[in-house]
Amino acid sequence: MTPSADHFLVVSAILFTLGTVGVLTRRDPLVVFMSIELMLNSVNLTFVTFSHYLSSPDGQIFVFIIMTVAAAEVVVGLALIVSIFQTRQRIDVDELDEMRG
Amino acid sequence: MSVLAAATIHVRVGASDWGAVGPELILGATVLVLLLVDAFVPRRVREVSTWISLIALVAAFLDVYFLWSHGDSNALYGQITSDKFAIFFDGVIIVSAVLAVLLSESYIVSSSFDPGEYYALLLASAVGMMLMAAGNSLMILFLALELLSLSLYILAGFERSSPRSQESGFKYFLLSSFASAFLIYGMALIYGATGSTQLVAIGHCLHGSGCPANVTENPLLLVGIGLMVVGFAFKISAVPFHMWTPDVYEGAPTPITAFMSVTTKAAVFAAFVRVFNFSLNAAHSHWFPLLWGVAVATMIFGNLFALAQSNMKRMLAYSGVAHGGYILVALLANSPAGATAVVFYFLAYAFMNIGAFMLVSILESNGQVGDDISSYRGLWQRNPFLAGCTTVFLFSLAGIPPFAGFFAKYLALAAIVQAGHTELAIIAVLTSLISVYYYLRVVVVMVLQPGEVQAQETRMSGMAEMAVTASVAGTIGLGIIPTGFYNLATQSVDALRTAFGI
Amino acid sequence: MIQAYVPLLILALVAGGFAASNILITFVVGPYRPTREKLSPYESGMTEIVPPRQRFPIKFYVIAMLFLLFDIEAVSFYPWSILLRSLHFAGFIEMLIFVAILLVGFIYVWKKGALDWE
Repeated sequence: MTPSADHFLVVSAILFTLGTVGVLTRRDPLVVFMSIELMLNSVNLTFVTFSHYLSSPDGQIFVFIIMTVAAAEVVVGLALIVSIFQTRQRIDVDELDEMRG
Repeated sequence: MSVLAAATIHVRVGASDWGAVGPELILGATVLVLLLVDAFVPRRVREVSTWISLIALVAAFLDVYFLWSHGDSNALYGQITSDKFAIFFDGVIIVSAVLAVLLSESYIVSSSFDPGEYYALLLASAVGMMLMAAGNSLMILFLALELLSLSLYILAGFERSSPRSQESGFKYFLLSSFASAFLIYGMALIYGATGSTQLVAIGHCLHGSGCPANVTENPLLLVGIGLMVVGFAFKISAVPFHMWTPDVYEGAPTPITAFMSVTTKAAVFAAFVRVFNFSLNAAHSHWFPLLWGVAVATMIFGNLFALAQSNMKRMLAYSGVAHGGYILVALLANSPAGATAVVFYFLAYAFMNIGAFMLVSILESNGQVGDDISSYRGLWQRNPFLAGCTTVFLFSLAGIPPFAGFFAKYLALAAIVQAGHTELAIIAVLTSLISVYYYLRVVVVMVLQPGEVQAQETRMSGMAEMAVTASVAGTIGLGIIPTGFYNLATQSVDALRTAFGI
Repeated sequence: MIQAYVPLLILALVAGGFAASNILITFVVGPYRPTREKLSPYESGMTEIVPPRQRFPIKFYVIAMLFLLFDIEAVSFYPWSILLRSLHFAGFIEMLIFVAILLVGFIYVWKKGALDWE
């Protein structure tokens, strides 16, 4: 059996959901972060699938853009985490509650 | 890969292409110049970067003025457009950026930042916003959104010594990139359903040319629309995706809060109108109920939460949520009148909302408590000009005539009534009656309650004074003589109608 | 119109169910019998000589982030190199501009001292 577009789409939908669940349930910012990356990469899989089955190059160009942007996002995110590390000892998403209201 | 290699591509990118993105190029080049200035110019003469930013913004504005009279054109194979709709938003964003720079000057002086980085990031986010308004394909929209978001994450967390600011930046980063993932997945599915990332092509496809029949019933398209609504709703902080807004607004440096509260919404709404009212117009029946619910929840909860705030920045954050709801109402009209109302609303919103944040920022750069509403007691005695102007901004936000906010709200309501959804208009009117209470409360504290006898004087720098004066002139001017700007807004929407053939 | 949503519902159930069931199964089926050995940081590895949760110097992260940033930009060269011939001279100029922009970033990072190891 050769895999069809649907197979790839279901795999990417599952990956996306796993990423979403990860963001919503995990507390370590680095893991939350990795989950977001997982979501972005499942989107990449979707784009490549469509690009292949529609024979249109747009999807592949989109993947290049997403990859570059994801890297920039990682750098900004890590920079923010590092700068928080410098003022706090440990870091937990639930601990960020300086502001309430 | 095979697809890429097989395509014979004749690339012709000429001067007219670059001309169409002139304002963006000017500001983009300035970002690089500012970085070099920051690296090479000695610390004591770094005020020069304020002037470089202002000059670049004025140059970009002149280019916007030139492009408006020049007529619509597409650039880079229709990826980017410089139609009047995009140009109008460019103008709003540049004006907001100028106000933010004027406001930032005394803030920068009172802290120990490298101004070059600060202004470079501010201008980079402005470029992202302008590209977002000009983006005519899903690719550019995503790229522009990320450019503006990445710059704003850093700016929100710019005060590295303040835990609040860091928390603000990090929260904004996590939630916003989560929303970006939804948005981009939605874009992927829409691409899968229609076979194109170009908004105009998607629009034609859904209207039934060159696409399989029943494409508007394609499940891929439906999920795609749903996910895009979630992504966009996050970015415009619509209920139930608004949780980040008050925290981020409170923690971020005040000039940045003022800037982002107006311009991110403007940029995202520009894309919202272009994508939903025009490109996905044929799928109107699918996105309407979703956005209807979001708009109603946004108006009701935004205003109710605002009632409970004692911190000016948080109050304005929730008021911003509520205003997002009114603008969504204009969008839901799904008519040229509605789109015009969105365009006009942002012009008014830029002056009145940035204006309202100015008080906080000016008090802070005086070394006083800026964001606690009870600390405004006796402001009328300390600085009548500032208190008077803030009163104008708050009245305008409440929608009291004859200020700009009244006419903006009126246009939104007229459009939705015309489209036959009176229930939305009624909810909007009732909720803005609630809003009058929390805006007036601030005015009462400022003007009627006496302050301490030996209160410090509140002084303003020349630039801050200019910013306040310009905002007040804009707020009153747009309220008294709105016709000229209303006509400009109409023209900008006409440009969209021609582009999409609707 | 309602029928159109049925495949979506199925997809959502499959995707959500898969994620939920995996978490649930590992939780229920997986035996949890911790021993001292299992709880040690490297179960089958060497015994640690220094505490493994050491703090890395911050400059390590800075360099790593900068590397990542400049490294990923190479992805933009890939489609360009495939189309090099059909892009003619204009494509070459455009890539020069792209590299020049990266260079400004590099000079900035350099001047700011982010690359100084000592």
